[in-house]
Amino acid sequence: MVDRHRIELVVNGETETQEVEPRRLLVDFLREDLGLLGAHIGCEHGVCGTCTVLMNGETIRSCITFAVQADGQEITTVEGLASNGKFHPVQEAFWEKQGLQCGYCTPAMMLRTVEILRENPSPTRDQVREGIASQLCRCTGYQYIIDAVLEAARTMSAGAETDGKVLVKQGAGPSSAEAAAQTQGSGPALEEEAEDASRQKES
Amino acid sequence: MAVTQQPKVERKWIGKSIRRVEDPRFLLGRGAYVDDITLPGMLHAAILRSPYPHATIKSIDVEAARSLPGVVAVVTGAEAAELCAPMPDFGPAPDKHVWRCLAVDKVRYVGEGVAAVVAKSRYLAEDARDLIQVDYDPLPPIVDPEQALEAGAPLVHDALGSNVAYERTFTFGDVDKDFAEAEVVVSDRLRWNRSGGQPLETVGAVAHYDLGTGMMTIHCNSLTFSHFLFMMANTLKVPSNKLDVKPVNAGGSFGSKFWAVKVAVLSGMLSKRVGRPVKLVEDRIDNISNCDHHGSDRVYYVEMAAMKDGTLRSLRLRTIDDYGAYIQFGTGTHGNSLAQLVGPYRIKTAQYQVQAVLTNKCQQGAYRGFGSEVTNWMVERMVDLVAQEIGMDAVDIRRRNFIQPDQFPYFIPTGNMYDSGNYEAVLDKALSMIDLEHWRAEQKRLREEGRYIGIGVISAQERSVFSATEFWFWFDEPAAKVTSSPESVTLTVDGAGNITATLYSCAFWGNSAETMVAQLVAEEFDVEPQNVNIVYSGSNRSLPATGPGGSRFTVMVAGAVQGASTRIKEKMFKVAGHLLEADVGDLEWTDGAVRVKGVPERSKPMAEIAAWLHLFKHSLPDDIESGLEASKVYDHPYTTMPSDDRTNLGVFYPFMGNACHIPVIEVDITTGHVTFLQYVAVHDAGTLVNPRSLGGQIIGGTAQGIGTALYERYVYDKDGQLLTSSYMDYLIPSAMEVPDLEIGHEETPSPFTVHGIKGGGEGGRMMTPAALSAAIDDALAPFGVRCNELPATPERIVNWIEEGRSRQPELTE
Repeated sequence: MVDRHRIELVVNGETETQEVEPRRLLVDFLREDLGLLGAHIGCEHGVCGTCTVLMNGETIRSCITFAVQADGQEITTVEGLASNGKFHPVQEAFWEKQGLQCGYCTPAMMLRTVEILRENPSPTRDQVREGIASQLCRCTGYQYIIDAVLEAARTMSAGAETDGKVLVKQGAGPSSAEAAAQTQGSGPALEEEAEDASRQKES
Repeated sequence: MAVTQQPKVERKWIGKSIRRVEDPRFLLGRGAYVDDITLPGMLHAAILRSPYPHATIKSIDVEAARSLPGVVAVVTGAEAAELCAPMPDFGPAPDKHVWRCLAVDKVRYVGEGVAAVVAKSRYLAEDARDLIQVDYDPLPPIVDPEQALEAGAPLVHDALGSNVAYERTFTFGDVDKDFAEAEVVVSDRLRWNRSGGQPLETVGAVAHYDLGTGMMTIHCNSLTFSHFLFMMANTLKVPSNKLDVKPVNAGGSFGSKFWAVKVAVLSGMLSKRVGRPVKLVEDRIDNISNCDHHGSDRVYYVEMAAMKDGTLRSLRLRTIDDYGAYIQFGTGTHGNSLAQLVGPYRIKTAQYQVQAVLTNKCQQGAYRGFGSEVTNWMVERMVDLVAQEIGMDAVDIRRRNFIQPDQFPYFIPTGNMYDSGNYEAVLDKALSMIDLEHWRAEQKRLREEGRYIGIGVISAQERSVFSATEFWFWFDEPAAKVTSSPESVTLTVDGAGNITATLYSCAFWGNSAETMVAQLVAEEFDVEPQNVNIVYSGSNRSLPATGPGGSRFTVMVAGAVQGASTRIKEKMFKVAGHLLEADVGDLEWTDGAVRVKGVPERSKPMAEIAAWLHLFKHSLPDDIESGLEASKVYDHPYTTMPSDDRTNLGVFYPFMGNACHIPVIEVDITTGHVTFLQYVAVHDAGTLVNPRSLGGQIIGGTAQGIGTALYERYVYDKDGQLLTSSYMDYLIPSAMEVPDLEIGHEETPSPFTVHGIKGGGEGGRMMTPAALSAAIDDALAPFGVRCNELPATPERIVNWIEEGRSRQPELTE
């Protein structure tokens, strides 16, 4: 019998405690143990990025990450984007600009978008292109995705200007414009993001 | 073949770029893909693949695997052959190239399945798989398709007695005369290597065989063709009325899930064996090595006859196509080629010889274009060669030879018909979107700096909406009649007047199937598209349906929606006539209601009529039954039969789109890297239903065409080993390799389809390889480079440049 390890992590704002085999991949843990089916498996080599989720606000490949490596970390999946029955501005922009076709790479692409826009709330088209090159999409040829990311940047910065709290309410912690404004590195932001997430849960 | 197109129709929803109705669930991460399905008591399967390209299986020892805790069953190929009949096979001689869900006695390519494990988890299934011991006796592999033709080559299938699965020459018109009279004859050897759809989601199935009822239910992302599923029932040895295939949204296909039947058969076989639900989802290596859907892999020896003024006369070719170890669809991909063999040009005669060769590789299936994209590349490459030979401009030679708008419907030498088109308008629009003079000046200026930019201009066809003749006319005595490849829909109006559309094929592959249906229904009934509910029927109570493929779905489902809508309206008119005390002939449909012509206040909205029909039958005339539902099975609207001697193949792929692509590229002559400076694409897919979603198809198809042209190839080495078994080696373009496209649309409605729609899902990939090849030639003209093999990888481009330099020593610094 294989040893199992107890892990405790925060996923989309909820604390989860489970026992897992050390070899269990994070993507399988998320999908099969937590039922978060928005994380998809693409190439299983860390190339295509379809399995991308956020760990402490930064994108990782969940198909080449063990669940035990997420012990004590904070994970955000696509299920953490929409809240209170409302789309996150990134989701809204992907719908508006048809930044998807089959939808299989879309959760990962949107999480990468959240990261791109946190690091640079008003990127140029070329910056977006380079930014999403970490994620393969086989359907769209990327053009409408880039349109969608730029649209999200526009609506999120407009939202941040008019009402900084809107985005906190709508999105998961890591997408918060407030957090983005304060974050360059990843360290200090984590606590704030966790706070955002917990506030969101309470509200 | 009635002409259904109405001139200049005002439309409310068709032609609008609405947001897609299917998107919200995908944006929420609730796509309900096949791997998201979990059934109570479900087990997981994994497949052991052959490491050898060609070997006999001497023995398989499964004891260690079977005794691993958590393992429920291990099934070898020999056992599977008892549980299952051979796979459904449309090939030329299925009894001589027998294809099974797992190999028996002999493996024929790297990746072919030899055993399956069923266990409590995928992890355990793979653990057990690694414990299976197979004793192989390696055989010499045959890898090169031309060597496969030679006497004494190793045989892939001994029973066939040869590696040529099928060979035929079709001659259309007096080819010899045209070549004898030609002033210019150009010839070339062209090589198109195999690539494939590679959707990010692989093929998967969850099967549940219920011992109590005898029902075999299979949730699957790859089976359309509801009217052919009896063949799979035969393979699984279940009665056809006890097989229910449930369509599941696919995470991309691009042809590669078109009747990809093996995974469903394996899961069904295993579920029957263990009496519990079994999930089998390919991993990426399974999919790359064993998906049964590698794309075309052709060598051409081709000649084109022309006159000095640029008039194209004839095309004569021999093509050797490497089908891999099996040939499930026969030479259907060449049937597809014959649909548009002469491109948009008035080429009067043609000869087409195909040799379908078997080798030790994964078999071919479908990939966006289904073989006609290769034909487009070949034709355009040869037109460019004629132009070069006679010193004519690429644009001028095309203009000179275009079929003219007043010549439609136009019958090409093979017998297929082009329904309509305006090729010059498409070309002109593309030229209007690019500043050729500017780029020619830049080209000149940059060459002086040692930089090489090139412009490609091509015009090519996108056939759409197949009848099935392309699989059939190869045989003088086909095994069955040709089918009509129907599509069906049922519209159900509930008591509140809300509409549900039931689809019968596995329609969503990343195309916009549901948005198309929603817009078409909205057009008929003046409802909002997002208020149309769309559901999928399992095959067990299905009407005939064929699903996406060959750019057919939108055209065909439009016919079905219109037919079902007409039936529903007829019933509503009867009820409204009774309620309004008016003659049915005096009624009209306006703004979601039936009203007395010209009398707006005397009208009955759909919701009210629906309520009457669901609730108050006793107050209606006796001959009106309760309920409001209608179905339509829409058969292919224009198919004619081939002549007995096959000098005319009949009409089999008539709704003919066209496009012009103009890429401007720069080639780095040191590294062979290609970068894009501009890319213009103008497509004519008839009446547009949703311009933005069609735009998405064009861009996505072009991205795949860029992959095919520059990067992607399933590489087998000389020993038959697959060198590109992961995405580290099989190179799919990222955002950095795909430019923004400038898209234009022409709309030449088909006179033969509902609303004048033509298909448009494959066009991008059908144009790009030819356009990029022309641009590479143009960029590297100083080196005399001729792009005659794809993919034009950096290595190949650098080699071409070196060869050019060695031919012209003055170019070497």
